[in-house]
Amino acid sequence: MKIIVCMKQVPVKDSLLKIKDDNSWVHEDELNYEINESDHYALETALRLKEAHGGEVVILTMGPERVKEAIKQGLAKGADRALYINNADFTSIDPMTNAKVLAAAISPETPDLVLAGLQTDDNGSGQTGVILAENLGLPHTSIVMEIEKLDNGIKVKRELESGWFQWIELPLPALLTIQSGINQIRYATIKGIMMAKKKEVKELALSDLGLSGADVAAGSTGLDFQKVYVPEKTKQALILEGDPKDVAEQLADKLKNEAKVF
Amino acid sequence: MNFHPVDFYEIDSLLSDEERLIRNTVREFVSAEVIPRIRGAYRAGEFPADLVPAFGELGLLGGTLSGYDCPGLNAVAYGLLNQELERGDSGVRSFVSVQSSLVMYPIHTFGSEQQKSKWLPLLAKGEAIGCFGLTEADFGSNPGGMRTRAEKKSDGWLLTGNKMWITNGTLADIAVIWARTAEGVQGFLVEKETSGFTAKGIHGKLSLRASDTAELILDNCLIPDENRLPEATGLKKALMCLSQARFGIAWGAIGAAMACYDEVVEYTKGRVQFDDKPIASHQLVQEKLAFMLTEITKAQLLAFRLAKLKEQGRITNAQISLAKRNNVLQALEIARLARQLLGANGILDDYQSMRHMCNLETVLTYEGTHDIHTLILGHEITGLPAYS
Ligand SMILES: Cc1cc2nc3c(=O)[nH]c(=O)nc-3n(C[C@H](O)[C@H](O)[C@H](O)COP(=O)(O)OP(=O)(O)OC[C@H]3O[C@@H](n4cnc5c(N)ncnc54)[C@H](O)[C@@H]3O)c2cc1C
Repeated sequence: MKIIVCMKQVPVKDSLLKIKDDNSWVHEDELNYEINESDHYALETALRLKEAHGGEVVILTMGPERVKEAIKQGLAKGADRALYINNADFTSIDPMTNAKVLAAAISPETPDLVLAGLQTDDNGSGQTGVILAENLGLPHTSIVMEIEKLDNGIKVKRELESGWFQWIELPLPALLTIQSGINQIRYATIKGIMMAKKKEVKELALSDLGLSGADVAAGSTGLDFQKVYVPEKTKQALILEGDPKDVAEQLADKLKNEAKVF
Repeated sequence: MNFHPVDFYEIDSLLSDEERLIRNTVREFVSAEVIPRIRGAYRAGEFPADLVPAFGELGLLGGTLSGYDCPGLNAVAYGLLNQELERGDSGVRSFVSVQSSLVMYPIHTFGSEQQKSKWLPLLAKGEAIGCFGLTEADFGSNPGGMRTRAEKKSDGWLLTGNKMWITNGTLADIAVIWARTAEGVQGFLVEKETSGFTAKGIHGKLSLRASDTAELILDNCLIPDENRLPEATGLKKALMCLSQARFGIAWGAIGAAMACYDEVVEYTKGRVQFDDKPIASHQLVQEKLAFMLTEITKAQLLAFRLAKLKEQGRITNAQISLAKRNNVLQALEIARLARQLLGANGILDDYQSMRHMCNLETVLTYEGTHDIHTLILGHEITGLPAYS
């Protein structure tokens, strides 16, 4: 099975984000980065499928130069090679644009399976994987927790709500978005780290993908990105009046229907 | 809680991708596997031996050695590995130091082909554990006075004596034992099952509690000649092993210091006393934090440069002494200050600083006490030895 794993680098979890003065984005140079959590699980899932059924695991990553570190980490864990799209000339937080570029890199590889994380820990749209499937014309399933290989496809367990699950069969090729926490992710071994430098990292420019600047221009997908800002705080206090029973009822109603805490 | 490492002088930018990746991998491993269980291990006074297979799998054993399944790290990566392990606990780092620098190194450097191919792969995978017996109850700083002797017999060597303070002693499958012979001090491999060999755990430690420390008793242990390390002749060879370990300790101490610093920066910013002000807002507290940051940064620079000298084959024992002496003392001072800033909370094992502080008392003593390294430097400066 040839598996492509889409991996993104995101700021480490409890990073302090500082917004740029012009509200265009956050100051990235002050941040440390790590592999997006659910992408780790996607990679682990791919490595296990390869160990069980043979084949190849290819990492696909888009981002500035720094993301090569994430690629190395994936190769050190056991991926066979990587595709790297340097997006220095266009940065997009728009899942539609990203999926377009990723699809162009994936198509010529004709993989049996494409795995992506369920969502990214930074933008958290949860859209890239599923849009990518549409772009590639592949059947897809999201929030996948388990994969079983069948003779003519795969059977996957997906998470529904409130502890409910669903088993679905899909033909291959297919795309799955993987839930976090579904397996025990491995550490890169020192041997793996040393071997990683011998593995191929193929760098792709937009032109290699048959795309032009216009394809990835800001706003080309209809998404209009305006500014980044800290949610504005508004102070509001409400004093409930009446006898205790009445107040308790009002409070419960507000907690349930307005604050939606239960 | 996430660990916030110190990199005030951007030493990270001097590391290669591989070095950074190795450092980050060990850091992740320590956060996930060591920190959550270290408090229990420390309370119980037990080395968390279930970590050993993972050490082997990750390739943390064997350091800079290559071949025979050893990881073949460069000096910087080996140093970083020690730093990260000691960020977890000095006892955990001690296990790896002993296995790599004091057991695998002498077998790799002074052993026969048969000894190397038998033991190194097992030790590298964590399938066998080793210990290093040099110190005796009456001969610590002056191991040259050792009483343990090895007598040549027609069918091998007869070893008699007691070794004291031996890390990994009760866990070890193989002990590298230094003994006096007619031709001077020599190194031997004593296997656990050897008749007359016993290891007795030393209990009641208030330091390095998550490490196995033992007394080894060699009561007429007859070992075959093939268990003598052929090139391990003379006390100097034992000291060569110590130089390897001391190099790792100079790095390890930084890890312990960073753990304390991280803990106490977070704590002092959150802890409020007098007029709703965080204690971090007071000058006396800031002075301590500034001291910590300064000393960690200096220690990092010493360790990094020392590693480069090692990689270039130009490192000297006196240079290693300087870094071990400085970095361990400063780490201990940082741990003490951190403990102090944590107030009463600081005496609980909910916090790490006091554990590191207690551990570092051992680190200050073993592998050449602080004062012995002072004398090594004094010797280097003046040409006049002041040991006796
Ligand atoms: C937890 C732990 C683990 C250890 N693990 C090992 C191990 O695995 N293998 C091993 O072989 N050993 C091990 N050691 C032993 C360690 O290396 C010795 O404790 C150390 O060398 C000091 O020896 P000592 O304890 O006999 O102290 P001493 O040599 O008695 O020193 C006591 C004090 O006197 C000072 N002193 C001694 N001589 C002089 C001098 N000439 N001038 C000025 N001051 C002097 C010292 O600096 C020190 O402050 C371990 C020790 C500990 C505590």
